[in-house]
Amino acid sequence: MGWIAENVESIKSMKIRDTLSQLITLGMIVSTALIIWKALMCLTGSESPVVVVLSGSMEPGFKRGDILFLHMSEAPFRAGEIVVYNVEGKQIPIVHRVIEVHEQENSGKVYILTKGDANPADDRSLYAYGQNWLKPQQIMGRAVGFVPYAGWVTIIMTEKPIIKYILVGALGLLVITSKD
Amino acid sequence: MHSFGYRANALLTYALTILALMCTIASFSDNFNFPSPSVEIQVLNFNWFQKQPHGNDEVSLTMNITADLQSLFTWNTKQLFIFVAAEYETPQNSLNQVSLWDAIIPAKEHAKFWFQTANKGSNLRGKEFNLTLHWHVMPKTGKMLADKLVMSGFRLPEEYR
Repeated sequence: MGWIAENVESIKSMKIRDTLSQLITLGMIVSTALIIWKALMCLTGSESPVVVVLSGSMEPGFKRGDILFLHMSEAPFRAGEIVVYNVEGKQIPIVHRVIEVHEQENSGKVYILTKGDANPADDRSLYAYGQNWLKPQQIMGRAVGFVPYAGWVTIIMTEKPIIKYILVGALGLLVITSKD
Repeated sequence: MHSFGYRANALLTYALTILALMCTIASFSDNFNFPSPSVEIQVLNFNWFQKQPHGNDEVSLTMNITADLQSLFTWNTKQLFIFVAAEYETPQNSLNQVSLWDAIIPAKEHAKFWFQTANKGSNLRGKEFNLTLHWHVMPKTGKMLADKLVMSGFRLPEEYR
């Protein structure tokens, strides 16, 4: 109870200049995070340099909640690489392994087929209607490293948005009521 | 400044930083492993070779795979994903890679083995193809490594059967 009274006291005693300087500090923190994210995007060449594994289709290698680090290079795609790709019309990217590659000499077109390690069949049923092969442009990056379990925070915040609001609210309260 | 909240925050940040550092070091320790795997693949038989209605050819072959991949395992290895891919050229495509068979090796003890397997692929008559055994080291944490061993000189039968 005394904790709440303390916080209410500190909110009442805030001055405008202090509030502004705290807001600016908050803005700096957010901007720094954004700069780091964009820098990572440039470094790895991928639109989304860090992804969270959402399904169990690559088990036992990647479980739900693992984080993957992606890297994109001009090198051609080869069988066996773990790639993250987008299907047109679907928002969520898919992390699977390339099992077939066909490169046409004259036109330079490349046809790719993928499959999840734990899935019995290839990904044709996941592609857009009428699409039998993936195009290299749909691939966002290759998985080069991974950290287990670190993505559960993101999954929980996405699936139960109330937790996201609670966390952001608590953080905001902490920032506002700090005496610095 | 000494409230529970601040202390918990400082502790959590420190713990996460140390954890990230340990993961990086664990991954770095994989660089000190110099593997020397050995693989041998024999094609025992071409079971059947037919032309499909939609233009592709389909072949079924039986392979005998003998391998010793124990040296690829380190303490930071969760599993090894291996697969055999056939690589060949066609008049239209300068490169084709088709995965014929794959397996997951979860532990060092299973890494010395031989396997007899029958597979299908789509290719064309009389073609020469390379069989490549690829392996992907999936670590417990950190950087993933991949490498392969190419065995060349296989040939598809000239006639359908």
